[in-house]
Amino acid sequence: MVEILLNGIFIGSLYALFGIGLALTLGLMRQINLAHGDLIVLSAYAALEATRLTGLHPLIVMPVVVVGMYFIGWALQRVLIERVMGRGETSPLLITFGLSMVLQSAMQLAFTADTASLDPGFLGPASVQIGPLTMGLLPIITFGVSVGVFALTAAVFNATNFGRSVRATADDARTATLMGIDTKSIFSTAMGLSIAVSAVAAIFFGMRGTFGPFVGGNWMLYAFETVILGGLGSIWGTFAGGLILGVSQALGGMIQPSFAPLLGHIVFLVVLLVRPRGLFAK
Amino acid sequence: MISITNLHAGYGALAVLFGIELKVARGDCLALIGANGAGKSTLFSTLSGLLDAQQGDIQFDGQSIIGLSPVTIVQRGLIVVPEGRRLFASLSVEENLLLGKNSKRQGNWTLERIYDLFPTLGPLRHRNAMALSGGQQQLVAIGRALMSNPLALLCDELSLGLSPAAVDVVYEALKTIRREGLTTIIVEQDIGRALSSSDNFACIRHGQIALAGRSDQVDRSAISAAYFGTH
Ligand SMILES: Nc1ncnc2c1ncn2[C@@H]1O[C@H](COP(=O)(O)OP(=O)(O)OP(=O)(O)O)[C@@H](O)[C@H]1O
Ligand SMILES: [Mg+2]
Repeated sequence: MVEILLNGIFIGSLYALFGIGLALTLGLMRQINLAHGDLIVLSAYAALEATRLTGLHPLIVMPVVVVGMYFIGWALQRVLIERVMGRGETSPLLITFGLSMVLQSAMQLAFTADTASLDPGFLGPASVQIGPLTMGLLPIITFGVSVGVFALTAAVFNATNFGRSVRATADDARTATLMGIDTKSIFSTAMGLSIAVSAVAAIFFGMRGTFGPFVGGNWMLYAFETVILGGLGSIWGTFAGGLILGVSQALGGMIQPSFAPLLGHIVFLVVLLVRPRGLFAK
Repeated sequence: MISITNLHAGYGALAVLFGIELKVARGDCLALIGANGAGKSTLFSTLSGLLDAQQGDIQFDGQSIIGLSPVTIVQRGLIVVPEGRRLFASLSVEENLLLGKNSKRQGNWTLERIYDLFPTLGPLRHRNAMALSGGQQQLVAIGRALMSNPLALLCDELSLGLSPAAVDVVYEALKTIRREGLTTIIVEQDIGRALSSSDNFACIRHGQIALAGRSDQVDRSAISAAYFGTH
């Protein structure tokens, strides 16, 4: 029981990482990137190719993948989304939907529809004994990295010039421009960071289970549920939202494996009914 | 410092400015007056680069700023204090002020100097900007603009919605700022206040300068004629 709950928390910390990236762009640009999940899958495949080519451990190639995905996110904003911004709500939605389709097909062509996974190597079986509990080393590292990323994000947001500019732009982009902030560059940097952070989660996810060209939709859904559960605009709220989703799914899976996502969705709906703006919205 | 010739601008098919001609010398304060919808805010939007000019030229500090981005224009030293103050709601007073520092222009405005200029803001620095009174918010909006170390400060509707006491504080601050050598343009509904606080005035009507002159040698009936378009 305790182990199942802990497992839910570890998975939840990954959902939280999926979510924080989405929350950043959603809060800043008030628009949802429908290709978010597929870009996460792309990161997992990028890591897979990198490990195959170099023979290195996924965690070793992670920095390169993360930086590469940052630039892909940056370019996505500059080349595609920026062009249609300010032309109504639906244009960016449609363009990222189109991108999602293209990415799925392209990944199927390049990597086939078979499921793949990243080899965690020695980390797979490694475990530590804490009191009566035996815990895998990989889940513990996963959780630690997630907490670290959240702490860093919170620090950047609250205490740096960039974080201040992002919050100001989210409040009122026109006035931010008037004060000399290059909002286009804020948007593209944020999109880059959004995808880069998700790439971290993708690599841990790939070491723990399997993925295929079409799982992006699910990952997107979990990211979205995490953000809405926690409440938009609250960094640690997003973290908590991920944990709640992870634990709900773990409990659902206890009843019956196919119940796992279902219980997650039910908890999401119930929270939305009781607190439409999420649990930790300011 | 600012020289506008034959400026035309508008919103899509809606033309708002029709051949604005205006000059402001370095260190001068110009009061821009005009009825609602005359085009005062539109002129500021064009000067700040938010709105593209359709025709004409704007010279600022000896160079044309036509076609430059708002970011570059702030960099050159022209900044607008927008109508309605428009502070950032999720930022504290101090964070709002620091935001003005984005332009990286060299100069000697610091947080300390802003708090010296507006002593009421010091104790409120960590409050959320929206928790302040309208008058205090206007001081933050001016301070935020000053933090960019501007050469010219353009204030839209400086006293709109403020209590008489708050208006006095804001105009007192304007005097101090002018002593720093800043060139200023103020949009003000209170014509008496506008004339007494400025060197020159310009009255804009239907997107054109209907009357301009020195603020201390003005015929009030000529002003109301220009303002309302009566003869
Ligand atoms: N964003 C906009 N889109 C379309 N039309 C606009 C926009 N802003 C202003 N206008 C129109 O342009 C004209 C001039 O407006 P502007 O705001 O420049 O006037 P103003 O002199 O600042 O008036 P006020 O004293 O009310 O602030 C008005 O007819 C107004 O309806
Ligand atoms: Mg106006």
